[in-house]
Amino acid sequence: MIQRAIDGRETSAATAVKVRVSHLDVYYGSNHAIRDASLDIEENQVTALIGPSGCGKSTFIRAINRLHDLTPSARVSGKVELDDVDIYSRDVDPIVMRRRVGMVFQRPNPFPMSIYDNVAYGPRVNGERNASRIAVLVEDSLRHAALWDEVKDRLSESGVALSGGQQQRLCIARVLSLRPEVILMDEPASALDPIATAKIEELIAELREQYTVVIVTHSMAQAGRVSDRTAFFLNGSIVEAGPTNQIFTRPKERRTEDYITGRFG
Amino acid sequence: MSIELDSHRTLTAARGRAAQRGLTTRQAVADRAFRVALLGATLLFVALVAGLFIELVHGSWESIVTFGAGFLWSSEWNPVTNHFGALPFIYGTLVSSAIAIVIAGVVGISAAVFLAEFAHPVVARPVSFFIELLAAVPSVVFGLWGLFVLAPILGHTVEPFIQRYLGFLPFFSGPIYGVGLFTAGLLLALMIVPTVSAIARDLIQAVPNELREASIALGATRWETATRIVLPSARSGIVGACVLALGRALGETIAATMVIGNRPAISASLFAPGYTLSSVIANEFTEATSSIYLSALLELGLILFVVSVVVNGCARILMWSMLRSQGRRS
Ligand SMILES: Nc1ncnc2c1ncn2[C@@H]1O[C@H](COP(=O)(O)OP(=O)(O)O)[C@@H](O)[C@H]1O
Ligand SMILES: [Mg+2]
Repeated sequence: MIQRAIDGRETSAATAVKVRVSHLDVYYGSNHAIRDASLDIEENQVTALIGPSGCGKSTFIRAINRLHDLTPSARVSGKVELDDVDIYSRDVDPIVMRRRVGMVFQRPNPFPMSIYDNVAYGPRVNGERNASRIAVLVEDSLRHAALWDEVKDRLSESGVALSGGQQQRLCIARVLSLRPEVILMDEPASALDPIATAKIEELIAELREQYTVVIVTHSMAQAGRVSDRTAFFLNGSIVEAGPTNQIFTRPKERRTEDYITGRFG
Repeated sequence: MSIELDSHRTLTAARGRAAQRGLTTRQAVADRAFRVALLGATLLFVALVAGLFIELVHGSWESIVTFGAGFLWSSEWNPVTNHFGALPFIYGTLVSSAIAIVIAGVVGISAAVFLAEFAHPVVARPVSFFIELLAAVPSVVFGLWGLFVLAPILGHTVEPFIQRYLGFLPFFSGPIYGVGLFTAGLLLALMIVPTVSAIARDLIQAVPNELREASIALGATRWETATRIVLPSARSGIVGACVLALGRALGETIAATMVIGNRPAISASLFAPGYTLSSVIANEFTEATSSIYLSALLELGLILFVVSVVVNGCARILMWSMLRSQGRRS
């Protein structure tokens, strides 16, 4: 057991590995954006990815649900195993895999449709036709994303009309509607004000009970508040990864310490 | 429209900045003079359109007084007895344009989705280039091609084939000539497809990539993403593009004249010859000897003018409402 320096909570160090990334390389054309990165992401833990901007955090997290498939110039090699199955292997259908690995983006990106339809979209494209089951999923997901009370009387209004913080929680609800196993978040609060950010952080703490969460953040304080484990990226490589309190108080690498203490670039 | 809006926004912003920096009065005067000049140019265009309308009403006054509103639904067109009615021409114009916009809409939007969402750039670039090149071909060349290539193919092969299987429907019954409403509609469709596909492709490409990624990340296929997220996001603009293209089909003269058959008759069959407002004006203007004949032709022009203005107005309102709703996003 490790005593967490940040908030005093206790977490178990001996948990199962949910996603195992080994020897991952990502290229954009000739730009080698991720270099031989390996990382174990543990189940029901919040893993924070930190590092200076442009070091490849987004590139890394997008490799975990094969979003690079959409970028013609991007090329991925190495292994990303979800429950010990490589998601890049031939017999894995990316469509099916993505239901298990949800993604929340940096800028809130609700679809230009009603709040209800935004949340119902995932189940619908994945073959759910039963209207009452969809209604249950929508309500549950909105409640879980702490948005239900604010929108329950205007579910048919456009999701685009919500405030930025509400939009981001709508996007989280949209991901939760598929009951994923892993939730990836790429700087989910960077476009939000402090109050909306606090709500998202509170939500992440709750999600941790049921989901495996990977969050990219440029804010060290945020990584300290929300995460159990932290990986430090620099120039496309993972310099160091481990329990958050250890990374923050006793980093093994000099470069990590420099970054944490702000002595960096 | 969008250009006007943009320049207005730029102007307002520039004025705000000028005020902050405390610009000299000379610059302020230049600024004001520029605005007055812009306003003058705008008013000049409004006056031109209004003047055109008044002139058309004036020219067709004799016909308006003689035939009254009955002009709109009379199908007689007889220069010998001086009895004139616009219905066959209104019918021919609307039906050929409707055929054109249905075909061009389906083909143009499908092409746009394919080019913007699915085709590899190596394919998409040359294909887009050729589609847009089609827009540069002069109407009379389309007309020649329609008359000597398209009409024989339709008359000998396509229309008999359709008639064999769907001939029980009144639209596909009756004698086949090759030239007619259907041929004109198809030729017009070919002429307006570039408008639809080019604007639709730009609008589809303007849909933020984040929406596609969000959809894909939720386990949607690219096809589901294109049809359920991307197309609906661009919907009102695409409808605007179609209405704009419809405006062009309504007013197109020479190509339609060459393949529509030029017979002022109303027939249920799309294979039958017809006549459009603009074709009859172009064909008969030089032979209009009596003043009432000339006046009736001018009234046809007035009808076409009103229809086109209404159609284009609708297109602009649709595009504008889409721009506004996109503005709300950011
Ligand atoms: N779509 C792309 N095409 C080409 N290069 C890209 C693309 N996305 C990111 N990159 C490059 O990859 C590197 C890592 O970027 P990114 O993963 O976005 O970093 P971070 O999220 O840590 O700021 C940068 O050098 C960036 O310029
Ligand atoms: Mg990033």
